[in-house]
Amino acid sequence: MLQAVGLECVRGKRRLFRDLSFEAQAGELIWVAGPNGSGKTSLLRILCSLLPPDAGSVLWKGSSTRDLGEMFRAELVYVGHAPAVKDDLSALENLRFGLAQHGIPGDEAALHEALAWFGLRGREDLPARALSQGQRRRVALARLAFGEAQTLWILDEPLAALDVSAVELVRSRIGTHLARGGVVVLTSHQDVELGGLRTRRLLLGE
Amino acid sequence: MTSAQPQRAGLGSVFASLVRRDLLLALRRRSDVATTFFFFIIVVSLFPLGVGPEPDTLRGIAPGVVWVAALLASMLALARLFAGDYADGTLEQLALSPQPLLLLALAKILAHWLTTGLPLVMIAPVLGLQFDLSGEALGVMTLGLLLGTPVLSMIGAVGAALTLGVRGAGGLLALLVLPLYIPVLIFGAGAVAASMAGMSTSGHLALLGAFLLIAAVFAPWATAAAIRIALE
Repeated sequence: MLQAVGLECVRGKRRLFRDLSFEAQAGELIWVAGPNGSGKTSLLRILCSLLPPDAGSVLWKGSSTRDLGEMFRAELVYVGHAPAVKDDLSALENLRFGLAQHGIPGDEAALHEALAWFGLRGREDLPARALSQGQRRRVALARLAFGEAQTLWILDEPLAALDVSAVELVRSRIGTHLARGGVVVLTSHQDVELGGLRTRRLLLGE
Repeated sequence: MTSAQPQRAGLGSVFASLVRRDLLLALRRRSDVATTFFFFIIVVSLFPLGVGPEPDTLRGIAPGVVWVAALLASMLALARLFAGDYADGTLEQLALSPQPLLLLALAKILAHWLTTGLPLVMIAPVLGLQFDLSGEALGVMTLGLLLGTPVLSMIGAVGAALTLGVRGAGGLLALLVLPLYIPVLIFGAGAVAASMAGMSTSGHLALLGAFLLIAAVFAPWATAAAIRIALE
């Protein structure tokens, strides 16, 4: 489904990687690993077409993501390093507007359910500035509950700042998504091997 | 949970929801909006105090003073237009939305104008009274501001997007954007002066309207392109 062909990325004067090719089938998890500064985030940004690669191309179902444009973006969930959570909005509003920007209507019950599932019950109406780092992360990741129609999930350090129980919740989400034929690309310093799921580890910075 | 994925919402509702979000944010951070508003009021009110109560002088400088104050006030709010969204990752999410980024940029510009431009338009007739302007001149000034301030927001948005992530963006933004405000200033202030001289104002106002249309076509497109560059 997702195919990277001969990707090269140069940031400043450093070449982070070159001639990087890989392919992800439906139901496959690509775990991008590597030391800090090895280009993990850059790779994810290239994959979701925020950053143009210096060489090579990214193909989605056989066509270039650049040409697909909006059609590709409609199938994509990207949770970046910055959680896109507004301090002045409540957890509920953050989730609602975050989804609305992608044209995904979430009804109130589903929004509450997604936040409660992520351990934010009773905190739905608190402004995000009153939440801890991990809780803000949870608000950003609550989006995954609505990511069923989007086949490709690209997650940058989804497990950072999360406690053990939240890590389990994210893993189970990812597991469900892979089981229904989705593709997940993520970076993590933690072990993300999921029992029984096809995981491919991509090591950068060699 | 959420087993049945509902149909994706249309462009209109995405646009409306983004405008609503920005208005809600402005409401939560009222002080930001109030700063622009009171800056405008104070700058305009300082002139009658400084220049003295000579009615002819005041009438003469009124159009220029009100318009320059409006330019500076709208300038003041520009730095915040995209900076917050850029810092917290919201801008990335907007750029990855399946909706065209230029329409999302237009939604942000509209919300920005509603919170910073429109209040200036509404208070301007009151401030004009300090300058002993006639009723007709006040009307022309307000109409001119109504046509001109959206242009300021749109030109400013391009500058704000271009200076994203640049150190000392505030000063650079002023240098970049203020010269581009000049045509709006000339015809906006010119309309009021023409009205006071008893001449027709339709030419000036028509030109302001033309600026508005041109800006509405090109500014969101240029803003979207600048945002994509800033995100690279």
